[in-house]
Amino acid sequence: MSFFGFGQSVEVEILLNDAESRKRAEHKTEDGKKEKYFLFYDGETVSGKVSLSLKNPNKRLEHQGIKIEFIGQIELYYDRGNHHEFVSLVKDLARPGEITQSQAFDFEFTHVEKPYESYTGQNVKLRYFLRATISRRLNDVVKEMDIVVHTLSTYPELNSSIKMEVGIEDCLHIEFEYNKSKYHLKDVIVGKIYFLLVRIKIKHMEIDIIKRETTGTGPNVYHENDTIAKYEIMDGAPVRGESIPIRLFLAGYELTPTMRDINKKFSVRYYLNLVLIDEEERRYFKQQEVVLWRKGDIVRKSMSHQAAIASQRFEGTTSLGEVRTPGQLSDNNSRQ
Amino acid sequence: AETVADTRRLITKPQNLNDAYGPPSNFLEIDVSNPQTVGVGRGRFTTYEIRVKTNLPIFKLKESTVRRRYSDFEWLRSELERESKVVVPPLPGKAFLRQLPFRGDDGIFDDNFIEERKQGLEQFINKVAGHPLAQNERCLHMFLQDEIIDKSYTPSKIRHA
Repeated sequence: MSFFGFGQSVEVEILLNDAESRKRAEHKTEDGKKEKYFLFYDGETVSGKVSLSLKNPNKRLEHQGIKIEFIGQIELYYDRGNHHEFVSLVKDLARPGEITQSQAFDFEFTHVEKPYESYTGQNVKLRYFLRATISRRLNDVVKEMDIVVHTLSTYPELNSSIKMEVGIEDCLHIEFEYNKSKYHLKDVIVGKIYFLLVRIKIKHMEIDIIKRETTGTGPNVYHENDTIAKYEIMDGAPVRGESIPIRLFLAGYELTPTMRDINKKFSVRYYLNLVLIDEEERRYFKQQEVVLWRKGDIVRKSMSHQAAIASQRFEGTTSLGEVRTPGQLSDNNSRQ
Repeated sequence: AETVADTRRLITKPQNLNDAYGPPSNFLEIDVSNPQTVGVGRGRFTTYEIRVKTNLPIFKLKESTVRRRYSDFEWLRSELERESKVVVPPLPGKAFLRQLPFRGDDGIFDDNFIEERKQGLEQFINKVAGHPLAQNERCLHMFLQDEIIDKSYTPSKIRHA
């Protein structure tokens, strides 16, 4: 911008009108650091001003126009440089001309559609940002500001429990039940495991939450599995007729809502993986998809208080070793 | 009160006393013991006693004793490797060095070596026989409970009666 101290240099800043009152949300960036960003919901208006301050008040700044954009885009990490924009709004702030003094331009994007949740994953990133651009003949001056979007859902109409009998024929038969199939992010998974037949020397049992991120289409599909949580629910050998209760508080884990086919680019799904480990460290498991959703913050006071207690109580779980040689447990109805 | 309802245990059938305190239905004990070296010269070899005690219904006999030599274990291992989808653990080594001539000790018939091998074989057979999928293989049943191994048998799966 400035060439050996000559010419004009300008500082661009984007300020939101409701910056004081707007909530901020923590969001993980690509390098894994967590930062706070302004939080928006679908349909909310994004308004503010772009302020330009000239470094050298005695000189003027020529430009080919000033604009502000609101952009929602999906970046696939293996396809850098190719961004898919699903929202792209532009407002012109100034016609080509020159600026002689520091100045601010108001902008407003009314009721902006923000259909998806902000997401930073292993292979994909969905981000929303404002971008102010001063077009110049040689080098544009650009300033970006990221925001975070949360998508809220209402209580699902259909939320049946998950109940299944699985096992290996004549060796191990268990019945498991989870109280719902759809959980909100601060919910509690209540379940039980009932041992119908135990002829394997089971040593312990754990429940894992697995996040599976799927990106790409057709032959170029990438799956990325990530074990978010490992939670031991039984230690010691079970006997027939025994029932193990499960109570897993989700609030303590880093979870996002389930995302299905976001703009035909990616999906994020969650699975509960029940793993039984025998004396020889062999693993028997059964995966079951659960749907996660984000509940609006409008909750009764007593409830949110309880949730806070629950999440506190949850801190301090231990993690177990890595998955090695898995043995898939089959459903009873799909047995050969 | 709503939270309590949300986190309450699911209803379970009560466990009966027999299930809770009765003998477990999953014991399988295999001992490898009592090594004996027989034969002379190049025909000399060591056999081990394999004693099985179990209550798993898949085994035909609740108690059995057979004698097996190292090459029988090798046979079992190669059969399982071929027939089952199980990752078969390794056997204790073949000890080629001990089979070289002009050694100061008894080579592979040295007492300490036999003891060491016996322990390795016991570990191996317990790991293998405890595997629910290996338990379906006919070769394992022959190895553990038939007096003589029929090496020209037809591989097949064992089913419960």
